[in-house]
Amino acid sequence: MISTQFEYTRATSLDDALAKLGAAKGDAKLIAGGHSLVPLMKLRLSEPKVLIDIARIPGLSGINAKDGAIEIGAGTVHQDVASSALLQHACPMLTEAAAEIGDPQVRNRGTLGGSLAHADPAADYPAVMLALDATILIKGPRGARTVKAGDFFQGMFTVDLAGDEIITAVQFKPVKAGAYAKLHQRASHFAIVGVAAALAVENKVIQGARVGLTGASSHAVRLTEVEQALAGKQISADNIEAAAKLAGKGLTDINSDLHASEQYRRSMIPVFTKRALIRALERA
Amino acid sequence: MPTTPVLPKLVGQRVKRREDPRLIQGRGTYVDDIALIGMQHLAFKRSDVAHARITAIDTSAAEAMDGVEAVFTGAQIAKFLPPMPIGTPFPSPEHRAVAVDAVRYSGEPVAVVVARDRYVARDAADAIVVSYDPRPAVVDVEQAMTGQPAVIHPDFKNNLAVALVPSGTGVSADGSKVDDSAIDAAFKNAEVVISQRMVNQRLAPNTMEPRGVVAHFEPGKGTMTIWSSTQNPHILRTFIAALTGLGQDQVRAIAPEVGGGFGAKINIYGEEYVTAAISKQLGIPLKWVEDRSEAFVATTHGRDILAYVDLAAKRDGTLLGLKLRLIADIGAYNMLLTAAIPTLTMMMANATYNIPAVRATLTEVFTNKTPTDAYRGAGRPEATYFVERAMDMLARELKMDPAELRRKNFIKPSQFPFATQTGAVYDSGDYEKALDLALKHSQWDRLQAERDAARAQGRLVGLGLSMYVEVCGIGPSAALPTGGWEHSQVTVERDGRISATTGASPHGQGNETTFAQMIADQFGVPFEHVTILHGDTGVVKQGIGTFGSRSQAVGGTALIMAGAKVKKKMAKFAAALFEAHEDDLVFENGTISVKGSPASAKPFASVAAYAYVPVPLPDGLEPGLSDEAFFEPTNNTYPFGCHISMLEIDRETGEPKLLKLVAIDDAGNLINPLIVEGQIHGGLAQGIGQAMIEEVVYGEDGQLLTGSYMDYALPRAIDFPRFELAATVTPTPVNPLGAKGVGEAGTLGSTPCIVNAAVDALSEFGVKHVDMMLRPEKLWRIIQGGRS
Amino acid sequence: MAQISLTVNGKARKADVEPRLLLVHYLREQLRLTGTHVACDTSQCGACTVLVDGRSVKSCTMFAVQADGSTITTIEGLATNGQLHPLQNAFWEEHGLQCGYCTPGMIMAAVTLLEQTPKPSEREIREGISGNFCRCTGYQHIVNAIQRAAAEKR
Repeated sequence: MISTQFEYTRATSLDDALAKLGAAKGDAKLIAGGHSLVPLMKLRLSEPKVLIDIARIPGLSGINAKDGAIEIGAGTVHQDVASSALLQHACPMLTEAAAEIGDPQVRNRGTLGGSLAHADPAADYPAVMLALDATILIKGPRGARTVKAGDFFQGMFTVDLAGDEIITAVQFKPVKAGAYAKLHQRASHFAIVGVAAALAVENKVIQGARVGLTGASSHAVRLTEVEQALAGKQISADNIEAAAKLAGKGLTDINSDLHASEQYRRSMIPVFTKRALIRALERA
Repeated sequence: MPTTPVLPKLVGQRVKRREDPRLIQGRGTYVDDIALIGMQHLAFKRSDVAHARITAIDTSAAEAMDGVEAVFTGAQIAKFLPPMPIGTPFPSPEHRAVAVDAVRYSGEPVAVVVARDRYVARDAADAIVVSYDPRPAVVDVEQAMTGQPAVIHPDFKNNLAVALVPSGTGVSADGSKVDDSAIDAAFKNAEVVISQRMVNQRLAPNTMEPRGVVAHFEPGKGTMTIWSSTQNPHILRTFIAALTGLGQDQVRAIAPEVGGGFGAKINIYGEEYVTAAISKQLGIPLKWVEDRSEAFVATTHGRDILAYVDLAAKRDGTLLGLKLRLIADIGAYNMLLTAAIPTLTMMMANATYNIPAVRATLTEVFTNKTPTDAYRGAGRPEATYFVERAMDMLARELKMDPAELRRKNFIKPSQFPFATQTGAVYDSGDYEKALDLALKHSQWDRLQAERDAARAQGRLVGLGLSMYVEVCGIGPSAALPTGGWEHSQVTVERDGRISATTGASPHGQGNETTFAQMIADQFGVPFEHVTILHGDTGVVKQGIGTFGSRSQAVGGTALIMAGAKVKKKMAKFAAALFEAHEDDLVFENGTISVKGSPASAKPFASVAAYAYVPVPLPDGLEPGLSDEAFFEPTNNTYPFGCHISMLEIDRETGEPKLLKLVAIDDAGNLINPLIVEGQIHGGLAQGIGQAMIEEVVYGEDGQLLTGSYMDYALPRAIDFPRFELAATVTPTPVNPLGAKGVGEAGTLGSTPCIVNAAVDALSEFGVKHVDMMLRPEKLWRIIQGGRS
Repeated sequence: MAQISLTVNGKARKADVEPRLLLVHYLREQLRLTGTHVACDTSQCGACTVLVDGRSVKSCTMFAVQADGSTITTIEGLATNGQLHPLQNAFWEEHGLQCGYCTPGMIMAAVTLLEQTPKPSEREIREGISGNFCRCTGYQHIVNAIQRAAAEKR
């Protein structure tokens, strides 16, 4: 499989990338790891006229803690997230999800920013970003702005990111009591259903919960019905079960394909919600 | 005189493969690694609809592209390339390598581009515009048999390619006379009858190296050299010569390093004919290499046989009769062996049991899908699956232990050679021994206790067992239109090294190693002094190829037959040197000596040198040490075994997990147990893949829904437990090696034993049968209370 | 056309390439390093795995221009001074290959696996090669080979 022809240019800085993006007037695509884009280009499902390589822009990758928050550069590859000692300790749900993406070689190239911008409905990261209530940092010709993950994922392959903007990083408060549970599609290993749960627990009471869901519908969403059911509840198997049962009840656009019908997917949402919640509580 | 090292006997040893040093260093040469000066590249424009008339093809934009040498439509190619031949005696519709006026499956070629490189070729193929007048797609095989929603080939009413060929008890050898009295009586007298519709689903073979071909017609010489990723270069040569109007002496076919075959590279494909024919037209070397996406539609699929199975028995478990009504969905066309594959399912319907009355019928049906042909096991896994599933259903119905039911009905060792009801003559076997070893090796009693303990905790754990017998060492010439022999030529070179050719054409089986083990032992020379040559009709003068688990049983026998002739001649030369009788000579440790007189030993090489400069020339001898042999087997071989599996199903998700797989295989005598283990592992992986995660699925419009690894699950390392193997050894009398063949065995016992385990795991839900693959949603629905 | 400079198996290389040229095609067709294979077009099979700046990468999912300035190791560059790499040797010893087509990519993936996890469990090995398909071996002998190489490295 071979892509159509394009011009290639390497950006030396963010400003350079933005200038090149602006100059291409919508005909350009950014490429970092390229592990969402290159497969599409090879299948000729994406035919950009210009590729702007942002992989080597200084400062675009790395994992840093500051003021109780963590910032991950958009150019950070999945393997570096999965193997980060800092994250494994402070935010295990994120390393767990990163380790579920693709396979080792894919994780050596694919980047956080690329995955978020591409927003495959079955990608793993979006569920975790929602559960972390992460902030996505974006730069564009009109300056820098931030978007909450909850507002970022808008539809199938559709996010709050203009054609002339670049994701630069994500920021979030790490959550120790979190977990990611996934039902694998057995060919692609994408998520049929993936649930990320982040809990705040004190004195055996769930003070707050954020639960993100991927794979089930057109884009990743928060399972607010579960979050509300858990808030203020004592930790108990019954309470977890009862809350998990509500998972996905309000969803109207459940996916259906060869690998899982709408009914099966819908039924798997509570199952994996429960699994994520139980594992998250084990980490509380 | 230096002391000669004692050479160990190599046959039967775990000898490291000599193929490996080149392959682990990236120095193997596969077809796509070949580059010839002036070589151009082909790309095929393929149909994106399943069934349509072609109304127009516009190639103008493609032809105008820089770097494009030529564009051919199907109609243009038809002027210089005849329709594709098939290798079975059944009637067949005309099949053009590139479609002329209609397309009958999604992916069928409609035009071909010749260009400077593969990038330009792809661009140009994309620029061809084809207009179609769509027709309804024929997808459901049973609906197809009513002629609905369309008839694909006008001469084949109701889409029937082969209609109701009966076989078995009461059927005359040519199928013309059918007496139903015995089979009817068996079912009338039955105390219990198991009836089940079963599907052995369609699979994509997925050799890791996709197909590829380089063809080089040299106009000055009038000869063609064709390199192809094939299992049988000699058959390729025969057909390429026939279709390009050349003599077989004018075509040289080469199978270089071949990255897996699994039956899918037996067939001679349209792309091979087209590449050769266009090379002849243009007088330039051409290359075509398949993309994986192309392979999913353009390389033949395997299996896809639906069966209505009826098994009659007494309540004590004694089998009375078996009816197998087979419906094969063969796709849009007959390929080389398409029509013959399901006949092997009929042939093996008798399985390992004494069944007084067996009746198998077969219908082959055209649909708008990629054609089927051989895929590892080719017809025998299907037979094994249908019978072994039915046996398990019977055991469950009778509340009998599945092992004891089988034991009760086995063909006994004293019954061999055993003529089955369906036309096979089993050479040798001891099925009870294999069953007993499987039970012992797997610790069956302990597994049952583990299963019961897991169930007590609410887990869905099941055990499955399956016997199998397969037909290998294919086969006498009556069974193959190409001839069923194999050929070898052995040459002791002037320096005492030995080169041996074989018509078997290995593609991972390690024959360079195993055959060298045999020759080294035969001549008493070091392993390192033997070279095995294969895969090149310019070097290997005759051959059939590698398929049907035949390399060792047929090719290996031809090898030692040729070796024996040369050794005998060498003994005559040595006898002259030693002034001894030729029968009194000993070949060992790189020397030849007179029996009982080790001090007389002369280096093997010195006798070889004498044979090439024979002064004086012994009476009645020609110079040189080279001879050939053709081995025509008198029968096939019938390896067998018993597989056991343990499987758990997730109660919440329906996901199955294979916990254990024990395989007992009897392939007769083994030349290299290390290589045999590898062959069994590979077969198991493909069988487990079929049982658990692999399935080719078409949409109602005839579009392939599993057209890439995003949707067709190819097993990964994490999908398997560690396999546990053991063997019984029951040599075959069919060849002097006693070797039966092992390439396909793993695909036979594994599928039914896994599904048997799945049904066992789901027993609390009253389920009797579940079709492959074990899709989690399907199992989840059973758990939710819906019946399969 | 774009100009690239990179180091392949220790040798500095310069080339003019079409931007859409895949790294695997650059290696195979321009450098004639044909040990790196192509077996799928959806970035899954891993037959094209090479090391880019020390990490296993699928060279079919990278344009050659992206590798400008990088250091690349292919299967041909793994042996040193005529000595097989321990993984190459282990694949030979344990019969970790049959047709050999997936083997170069499998070995290159295993190189990175053992660098990231020097003492892998069987489970970690099976997961570590989950980006590589083999249709011949059923993986068991491959797992054995990686275990052997890991033990020898210790």
